Amino acid sequence: MSFISYLVNGISLGSVYAIIALGYTMVYGIAKMLNFAHGDVIMIGAYVVLTAMASAGVSPVVAVLLAVVFCTVLGMLIERVAYKPLRNAASPLAVLITAIGVSYLLQNVALLVFGANTKSFTSVVPIPPLVLAGGNLTISGETIMTIGACIVIMVGLTLFIQKSKAGQAMRAVSEDKGAAQLMGINVNGTIALTFAIGSALAAIAGVLLCSAYPTLTPYTGAMPGIKAFVAAVFGGIGSIPGAMIGGILLGVIEIFGKAYISSQMADAIVFGVLIVVLLVKPAGILGKNIQEKV
Amino acid sequence: MKNWKKGLSALVVAAMAMSLVAGCGGKGDNGGSSNDSNSESSSSGSETVIKIGGIGPTTGGAAIYGEAVKNGAELAVKEINEAGGINGIQVEFNFQDDENDAEKAVNAYNTLKDWGMQALLGTVTSAPCVAVGEVAMSDNMFLLTPSGTAVDCVQYDNAFRVCFSDPMQGLESAKYIGENKLAEKVAVIYDSSDVYSTGIYQAFAEEAPNQNLQLVATEAFTAESKTDFSVQLQKAKDAGAELVFLPFYYSEAALVLQQAAGIKYEPIFFGCDGMDGILAVDGFEADLAQDLMFLSPFTPTSEEEAIQTFVTDFQAAYGGTPNQFAADAYDGIYALKAAMERADVSADMSVSDICDALKTAMTEITIDGVTAKSLTWEANGEPSKEPMVVKIADGDYAVVE
Repeated sequence: MSFISYLVNGISLGSVYAIIALGYTMVYGIAKMLNFAHGDVIMIGAYVVLTAMASAGVSPVVAVLLAVVFCTVLGMLIERVAYKPLRNAASPLAVLITAIGVSYLLQNVALLVFGANTKSFTSVVPIPPLVLAGGNLTISGETIMTIGACIVIMVGLTLFIQKSKAGQAMRAVSEDKGAAQLMGINVNGTIALTFAIGSALAAIAGVLLCSAYPTLTPYTGAMPGIKAFVAAVFGGIGSIPGAMIGGILLGVIEIFGKAYISSQMADAIVFGVLIVVLLVKPAGILGKNIQEKV
Repeated sequence: MKNWKKGLSALVVAAMAMSLVAGCGGKGDNGGSSNDSNSESSSSGSETVIKIGGIGPTTGGAAIYGEAVKNGAELAVKEINEAGGINGIQVEFNFQDDENDAEKAVNAYNTLKDWGMQALLGTVTSAPCVAVGEVAMSDNMFLLTPSGTAVDCVQYDNAFRVCFSDPMQGLESAKYIGENKLAEKVAVIYDSSDVYSTGIYQAFAEEAPNQNLQLVATEAFTAESKTDFSVQLQKAKDAGAELVFLPFYYSEAALVLQQAAGIKYEPIFFGCDGMDGILAVDGFEADLAQDLMFLSPFTPTSEEEAIQTFVTDFQAAYGGTPNQFAADAYDGIYALKAAMERADVSADMSVSDICDALKTAMTEITIDGVTAKSLTWEANGEPSKEPMVVKIADGDYAVVE
C-alpha cells in the first residue's frame, strides 16, 4: 500500500515540476533562451494569491485569476525590457546572464515587498482528500488537483500548438526565425505570446506548489525552478510532451529514491539518473537530434 | 545550474572580501593609535562606553530567533544602563542582521568591528556562529552566543554559550522520552545538510538504546528538498513509530505537521529548541501543533519572580511573550556584565585584553538568570543548567512537570 502512496506522491510532485518545465521548454523551443527567472515568477504568482486572499479578501478562484493575469503581464514585461533588446546580441551568454539577473531581481524585490519571513499558505484547493483501502491510502485534494491540472494544461497546450494559427506561428518561429519572418509571421509578437503563456503557467504552478507544500518565502521558486529545468532537459528541452514526461519521471524517481534507497541521497540519485540519461540520449528522452549544418 | 549562479556570486563576494581585507589593514593602524590617545585622554573613563555587538537573523527563515535575541538583549542593556552601567560605564548595543547565512554573518561581524565592538553577543544560529567563531578567534574577540547550539560554536577558548549544546539536547531528549516512557518505537527525521540538526540526531541515536528506545526509522532531508516530507512520514508510519523526533527549525516543522495531518498520522511529535516559535508562523493553524512537545530551558509561565518580572517588562516593551531565545539573550547580557565586573573591564581596554580577562572571569561567575538559577560556566564554554520540556496545548505553551 505504501508503494501506491509513494507513487501518487511522486506523480503529484512530478506534476508540479512538469507544469513549471512546460514554461521552460516553451520559451526555449521558441526563443532559444533559458529563462532562469521562470522559477521566481512562480513565487510572485503565489504571493499575489496570498496577498489577494489575505488582504483583499477575494475568493480563491478570483485570486488565482488575478495571479495569472499579473504573472502574464510580468512575463511579457520582463521579456520586453530585459530579453528583447538582447535578442540579437553577439553572444547568447548575454541573455542568459540577464535571466539570472532578473531572477535575483525578482527575489530581492519580493524580499523588500513581502519581507523574508516564512508565510503559511492557505490551500486554495476545495477538493476533500480521497481515502482509499480502509484508510491506508489517503490522496490529498491538492494531489488530485495538481495531476488533473497538469493533464488539462498538457492537452490544451498540445492542441493549441498543433491546431491554432498562433500555435503554427510558434512552431514556425521555432524551426527558423528568419524564414518565418519572411513568410509574414510577427516574430516579436509570437515570442511575447510564448512568454505570456509560460508566465501564466508559472502562476498556476505557483498556486499548486504552495497549496501542496504550504509555506512561502521569496526563495520558494528557486529550487523547484531548477528541478523543473532539469526535468525539461531530461524529457528533451523544446518538446512539450517531453517536459511532461521528464517532470513526472523526475518526481517519481525523487520520491522512490527517498523511499527505497536513502532519504539522505534523494537529490544525488535524481541527478545521477539525469547524467546517465543524458549520456545515453544527449537530447533527452523525447528530444530531437538535430545536426547543425556548418 | 545553481552552482553556476553560486560561482558568479562567489566571484563577486571574493572581490568584496578583498576590499574588506584592504580596509581592515588601514583601520588596524588607525585603531592602534586612537586607542593610545584614548588611554591618555580619558583616564576618567566615564565619557566612553562599552560597545557590545550582536548578530542574528532578523529577516529570513529564522527571523523569529534574531528578533527575540535582539529584544531580549536590548531589554537587559536598558536595565543595566538605568542601574548605572557596567563598572559605572554605560553600555551601547548594536545588533546586525545575518539572515541565518554564514557569509552575511561574517560581513555583519566586520561591520560591528568597524563600529568598535569590544565583545560579541552572538551569533544566534549555529552555522553562522561557527563561521563567525573562526574570525573572532583570530581577532581574539570575546564571543558569547545566546543560542548557537552546535558543538563547534564554542570550539575556541574565547567562545562561550548560554544555551544547551546539540549533543546535550539530543541526549536529554532521549533521556526524557525514555524516562517518561512516552514511546518505545521512535522515528527521527533530520536535516542532513544542517550542523544543528545532525548534531542533535547523532547524540539522540547514541543515547536511544540506553533508554530502551527502538529507532524504527531514520530519515533525512536537505536544504534543497525541504518541502516534501511525505515519504519520511510514510516510512515512519509504516514502521509503527509512536513518536517522531524532529530536531530542526520550526519553518520545516510546520510543513511536517501539516503533511502528517494529511496522511492522518498522529504520533507524538517531539522537537528541540528550534521548535520554539512555531505558533508565531504567519497563518499557521495552531491545531496542528496540539500536544507537540519540545525541549526548552525557559518557560514564560513559570512563577519565579525573576522570570515574571522579565516577562512583564518584555511584554511592556515589545508586546508578545518572550521565548527562550529572548531569555537566553537576556541572561547573556547579564553574564557579560557579571564577567566584565569580575574582570574589572574598562571602556579603553583593547578587544584582545578584554577577551583574555573575560575568559577567566566567565568561569568564576555565578548568575541567577531567567533560564536557570545559579548558572555557571566551564572553561570549555558550556553552561550548567537543567532542561525542561514544553508542551503545546490549545495554542499556547505550557511546562510539563
